[in-house]
Amino acid sequence: MKFKVPERLQPTIREIKFILRRIKDTPLSLFGIAIVMFFVVIAAFAPLLAPPVPGLNPYLIPSDPALGFRVEPSPPSPKHPFGTTLLQRDIYYGCIWGTRWAFQVALEVIIPIVAIGVVLGLIAGYYGGVIDEILMRFTDIILAFPGLILAMCLVTVLTQANWTTIDSVLLSIILIGWPGYTRLIRGETLRVRNEDYIEAARASGASDLRIMFRHILPNTIYSIIIVASLDFGGIVLTTAALSFLGLGAPTGWADWGRLIYDGMGFVSGGLRWWWSWVYPGVFISLFVLGWSLLGDALRDVLDPLYRRK
Amino acid sequence: MGLREYIIRRLILLIPVALGVIVLIFALLQVVPPTRRVFVFLSGNPRELNPEVLKSYIHMYGLDQPVWVQFAVWLNQLLHGNLGFSEITGPVLDNLLRRAPATIEIVIYSAPLIILIGIWAGVNAAVKRDKPFDHVSRVLSVLGTSMPSFFFGIALSAIFIATLKWTGTGRLSPNLDSHLTTLRGLGQWHDYTNMVTIDALLNGRLDYFIDGLKHLVLPVTVLVFINTATLVRVARSSMLEALSKTYIIAARAKGLSQKEVVYKHARRNALIPVVTLAGLIVGGMMTGLVITETVFQFPGLGNWAAYAAQRFDVPVVAAYALFSAIVFVLANLIVDILYAYIDPRIRLG
Repeated sequence: MKFKVPERLQPTIREIKFILRRIKDTPLSLFGIAIVMFFVVIAAFAPLLAPPVPGLNPYLIPSDPALGFRVEPSPPSPKHPFGTTLLQRDIYYGCIWGTRWAFQVALEVIIPIVAIGVVLGLIAGYYGGVIDEILMRFTDIILAFPGLILAMCLVTVLTQANWTTIDSVLLSIILIGWPGYTRLIRGETLRVRNEDYIEAARASGASDLRIMFRHILPNTIYSIIIVASLDFGGIVLTTAALSFLGLGAPTGWADWGRLIYDGMGFVSGGLRWWWSWVYPGVFISLFVLGWSLLGDALRDVLDPLYRRK
Repeated sequence: MGLREYIIRRLILLIPVALGVIVLIFALLQVVPPTRRVFVFLSGNPRELNPEVLKSYIHMYGLDQPVWVQFAVWLNQLLHGNLGFSEITGPVLDNLLRRAPATIEIVIYSAPLIILIGIWAGVNAAVKRDKPFDHVSRVLSVLGTSMPSFFFGIALSAIFIATLKWTGTGRLSPNLDSHLTTLRGLGQWHDYTNMVTIDALLNGRLDYFIDGLKHLVLPVTVLVFINTATLVRVARSSMLEALSKTYIIAARAKGLSQKEVVYKHARRNALIPVVTLAGLIVGGMMTGLVITETVFQFPGLGNWAAYAAQRFDVPVVAAYALFSAIVFVLANLIVDILYAYIDPRIRLG
């Protein structure tokens, strides 16, 4: 029996086929997708790749008591393929669980950012007027700061108010991230607001909410996907930069930035303890690279300005 | 509308943003308990800081009063140049002024390099589209945006400082640095600008100039590598667009040489949108400086802010955030004015 595709889905299927063909033709996009898939697999199978000690928080890197409690890192060995760092913590474990942590951080930040951006952007773009003016001036103020510096300030202040560093890092990156999305979605809303089909929906009695979420939002979805995937690596990079400044995950946490921060203590030894900062550095660079290539690829296939060139 | 009116209008628009920035920082500070927040208000150098004294300060600066009173007091302090007092490093404004020259020195060397390399590479990549130059510059710019600046900095530091010992951390080698005090005492060294390389030249000390320059090479390399990437990408796509315009076809049809077409006709037009990136680069530098100065223990503003953040030193971090926002906003203002100056369509449209 031949499976018959319903008539209604035909355009969607044509679209997916077109996208897949475009991606197949650009090797850099394929490379980006391969890197991201590689990290997805690592994150998904972290408990198998690096089994955590039962009963302990899996994000805490275990120390190896067999190596004693020396401070200096031990070189890579069969038992510790990437060597160990400060206090004999296994770097391989840190890199694997760090991948899962990176995904967790990025998702915990990007979902609220996009949600806030969608709601505020739609409101600002659709209603315009005073609400739009107030919201846009507010985004102006936040965007007047270089992101990392405002985040640094937020973390400092929030930890004074007894927040844990990890929570304050997440919250501060959300707070510096939403204005960009609000502006993006506002711009897209303005672009389609006066189209005929919006007018038609309004004439047929659709409510404002319905117009915003059923008619305008689907038209902005591509831009959101493109920017979000370009941002995915950026969020991890900002988190790592904060960790590197000592504002973020505590020592021993499976966080790439924190591992590099701990490794920096051994830089005075030159290349003698290279593994303590090279492995986490390579992981984070590849992660960001993968997402930015994927974002570029998505822009090439999804953005109407680029796609048919 | 003339350029002058345009500038005036931009300046007026600046006021609400500047005020907003101050209000935002003030709102953030409300999260901090009064006994810690009071340090943001303190002026001068208070001698002893026991709980009794702090309590009197809390009363004196109105921290037990409604929020708007506190804001008025703080704004008044800011307008009088009082940025507060840090328990760790002392009066905030003094430190800001003392550390600024080191940072300005890095910026003086990196900014021109970023702009020159970025535009040169971007324009060339577009002209030599899909040739090896284009591919290499693309790979480098992707690396520049993907590799964390601190990872790059640590790698450079491990190779060139710890292993090869070509240069060191800080602004000067320890022996030259300690000799500086003697030289000052002998009247053979005057601090004109507090920028090592410039002062060395003004004092005629070539050894200090070379040593200072050697200490600047690595931080400048990191800043340039990280910040050039975006510029290259934008310059490239802007140049590609310019090259596809009809006036380029007209120029070619006229029989102009490739060189004239590329540099006289296409590049001039392609660089107009690139100017707007300058503001973004200033923001990138402010962020990059925090990381770079920390990696190379360079005693500038970024290092000071990072050190303060690690110790949750609220007054310093708040002051640095305020300072960088103001610099960022001013940079964007200058960019807008430049843009309007270069492209009449902006101010006339």
